[in-house]
Amino acid sequence: MKTIIVVGNGMVGYKFCEKFAAREESKHFKLIVFGEEPRAAYDRVHLSEFFGSRDAKALEMAPLEWYADNQIELIVNERVTDIHRTKRTITTASEKEFSYDYLILATGSAPFVPPINGVEKKGVFVYRTIEDLEAMLNYAEEIKKTKPNARAAVLGGGLLGLEAGKAVMDMGLEPHVVEFAPKLMPRQLDSRSSNVLQLTLENIGISIHTGKATNSIMGNGAITGMDFGEDDTLDVDMLVISAGIRPRDELGKTCNLEMGVRGGIVVNDKMQTSDPTIYAIGEVALYNHMIYGLVAPGYEMAEVAVNQILETSEVVMKPEIDMSTKLKLIGVDVASFGIPYMPAEKGLSIIYENKTKGIYKRINVSHDGKTLLGGIMVGDAEDYSILHQMYLNNMPLPDNAEELIVGSRGEGGSAFGSAMDLPDTAVICSCEAVTKGAVCCSVIEDGNETIKDVAKATKAATGCGGCKPMVADLIKESLKTLGKTVKERLCEHFNYSRQELFDLAKLKGITDYDTLLDEVGTGNGCEVCKPAVAAIFASLYNETANRQESIQDTNDRYLANIQRNGTYSVVPRVAGGEITPKQLMAIGRIAQKYDLYTKITGGQRIDMFGAKLNELPLIWEELIEEGFETGQAYGKSLRTVKSCVGSTWCRYGMDESVSFAVEIEHRYKGIRSPHKFKGGVSGCIRECAEARGKDFGFIAVEGGWNVYVGGNGGATPKHAILLAEKVDKETAIKYVDRFIMFYIKTAQPLQRTAPWLEKLEGGITYLQNVIINDSLGIVAQLDTEMQALVDSYVCEWKEAVETPEIRERYTHFVNSEETDNNIEFVSLRDQKMPKEWA
Amino acid sequence: MSLSVLNTYESVTETNVTVWFKAAPTSRFPKNGGACIKYKDKQIAIFNFTREGTWYACQNLCPHKMEMVLSRGMIGEENMEPKVACPLHKNTFSLKTGENLNGTLEGIATYPIKIEDDFVYVGFSE
Repeated sequence: MKTIIVVGNGMVGYKFCEKFAAREESKHFKLIVFGEEPRAAYDRVHLSEFFGSRDAKALEMAPLEWYADNQIELIVNERVTDIHRTKRTITTASEKEFSYDYLILATGSAPFVPPINGVEKKGVFVYRTIEDLEAMLNYAEEIKKTKPNARAAVLGGGLLGLEAGKAVMDMGLEPHVVEFAPKLMPRQLDSRSSNVLQLTLENIGISIHTGKATNSIMGNGAITGMDFGEDDTLDVDMLVISAGIRPRDELGKTCNLEMGVRGGIVVNDKMQTSDPTIYAIGEVALYNHMIYGLVAPGYEMAEVAVNQILETSEVVMKPEIDMSTKLKLIGVDVASFGIPYMPAEKGLSIIYENKTKGIYKRINVSHDGKTLLGGIMVGDAEDYSILHQMYLNNMPLPDNAEELIVGSRGEGGSAFGSAMDLPDTAVICSCEAVTKGAVCCSVIEDGNETIKDVAKATKAATGCGGCKPMVADLIKESLKTLGKTVKERLCEHFNYSRQELFDLAKLKGITDYDTLLDEVGTGNGCEVCKPAVAAIFASLYNETANRQESIQDTNDRYLANIQRNGTYSVVPRVAGGEITPKQLMAIGRIAQKYDLYTKITGGQRIDMFGAKLNELPLIWEELIEEGFETGQAYGKSLRTVKSCVGSTWCRYGMDESVSFAVEIEHRYKGIRSPHKFKGGVSGCIRECAEARGKDFGFIAVEGGWNVYVGGNGGATPKHAILLAEKVDKETAIKYVDRFIMFYIKTAQPLQRTAPWLEKLEGGITYLQNVIINDSLGIVAQLDTEMQALVDSYVCEWKEAVETPEIRERYTHFVNSEETDNNIEFVSLRDQKMPKEWA
Repeated sequence: MSLSVLNTYESVTETNVTVWFKAAPTSRFPKNGGACIKYKDKQIAIFNFTREGTWYACQNLCPHKMEMVLSRGMIGEENMEPKVACPLHKNTFSLKTGENLNGTLEGIATYPIKIEDDFVYVGFSE
């Protein structure tokens, strides 16, 4: 049995193992893998997601058991220090020696730290590993304690630098990006697209400084700023260096393999180094005088090395490597493919630029107008996959090539035709090298019908995921050729969309889940259809969550928000954010009595955390006694209507925003919907209530109220769009009544108003026609339905505390009076918080 | 909560039951839903899968974040496999085998269950 040693357990090193283990012949080999990081290979491409999730496991390429299951010996936390080529052994940092028949160097790269004075100062970081991120997070926490508006800069405005910019922004630091070149992403973008990207990022709140050469890093011990020379400085409290990569080629150097002049281990098209038993793959390999810092070429190299060792030697690296990329940077699509920009003698460009929308698209076309040479897209890269395919497969361009980026002016469909027009050999998923033929075949021959199944069978869309929309299209089209149509269905139990199910329940007058499942569904239900159906019943009959408790999501079932440690939070309604001193004292007294952590919410009310399940009815009993009612912070329902102080106090106010907000919050309270919804009322255009960041908003102007709909904050912030201008209060309410009702009836489960409005064909104009001009003739019905919901409101917490059978649910054990002893708290700034997750 | 809690839960099969613990009357368990019982230092989630006409028992501890919450999760089925969805992050586990159905988490321990005279009994081996 021969031994293969893989040095490096990054993405490419792992991919080698995966591809190797998948081959039948691999059982004749022993595979040993060394990783110097403390954990097994993880997805570095999505590293910034670690900030949101703090879940290193979620980034894992494969769990530890996978290595064992495939007879691969993985040794982490161990650096390989030497290669002894004559006796074919390696030694490790802990002085152990292993012999090999084949050696794979997949050591990757390290961040390049430019030789700037002061880079050793505290607070200067690189951005590469989970450990780097953890160190940054700890440091950020530390400086925020003494300086709440601390700033962080990222040195380098390339792909990774901008990702790092997003990361420091997520840490709550004021983000700055410093780039040496006069533009962002100098390798992928031309100056105009770079400008558009810069504008968009600045709007998000990231300050961009281009054309800056950093002379030194200032500060005494810890960083306090960056000096660009000529009295030009930037005060920062933290710096992340992301100025490119350098191959980790020291092993190659010390054992005298052929090296590139500027680093990298030279390989041929078989991925062999100058020693034929040693291969190099990924960012350490210098192929065609280039280091390739992308995942897809790295994976291809892994594939080649596997084939060479297993003697399918006809598989070699292509001479030209596709460096096209598409990614979402801080919510902005950025893509470039082929030759992104070039002088006019090489070809001609068609450019579309719209700075108001932050969109730039450029395609480069050969002089005869027949071939696509490359292009750039910023702000909207929806058509990237198909353009990239046209480029890769040398497909003929349509007569009016501009239609590829500005859309067809004529009636009927896009300039591209369908994804099915691509040749079967077209590589759809470049991470895993899956062709269109393989995807279609997996549908037509093997009977896979969903993305999940196709991904499992072909591995398409399992890498960066960028090809998912195209794979979905191919599945849909392939199914069509089989005479099957793909329809939106809620889940395996209901072959209907939410809207269809809503109509069916109403038509048949069905009021409980089991009957609906028996009559129009199959099987026994699941966690997807149960809460969706619960929401439909709530919208149809204003039924509270108490009646059919086991189809409710946990928050609805217990009428409280479950928190990290399984305790719950309590939020009474404070309509419009208006609260009396007496009510404040009551909340204070009750929170103190039950030892709850209190915090003011973003919706102008007070949240009390840390209540155990059995305490909920006791707390609510007291709150109700004091005149409070449920705030439904747990429900997919109206949360709050935020208001500014308005003309009652404010010297600028045009109208009484608080009174309006209180009225409207009481009007819509208790109404359940496909997702949560929020409102805002501002007394003037200064918009202190941030009404345009809400699902519906009213802003007082000279001569009435402006009505806005379809806004939200959250992960994809969206400003609400103007629905009607200068209308009186009654009309404003009428329009929003209809808007909410129409949304409730037609949206997908868990779809907020903004994406719903975006998907609505015809957009805001269509919506105006429906709810203002009554183009569908449903306005009277919407009005009646909304009024019925408004009239049937009950406080479900009052219902719960007054009904013994419902109260009985609030116990941790049904066979013991004890409470959950698994819950542990620690103290935090004079209050308490849950103990960290292990 | 430390990882050691997880080790206190090990699946029991009908054949190695030594104690049938009388847990609670069937009326204490909601239809097509769950509730939690205590046995020694263990927390066991019990589900009354009325639609199937079956009862299931498993550890109350979700192996993802080590919180005692599974009994408050929704139950359902996926390709005929009965499952529970953790209320915290919607990780789903088979109620028959305990296997994590939508990810690669550790499985959960399951326990035999029987109903006699409207009482729920859970089988333990200690």
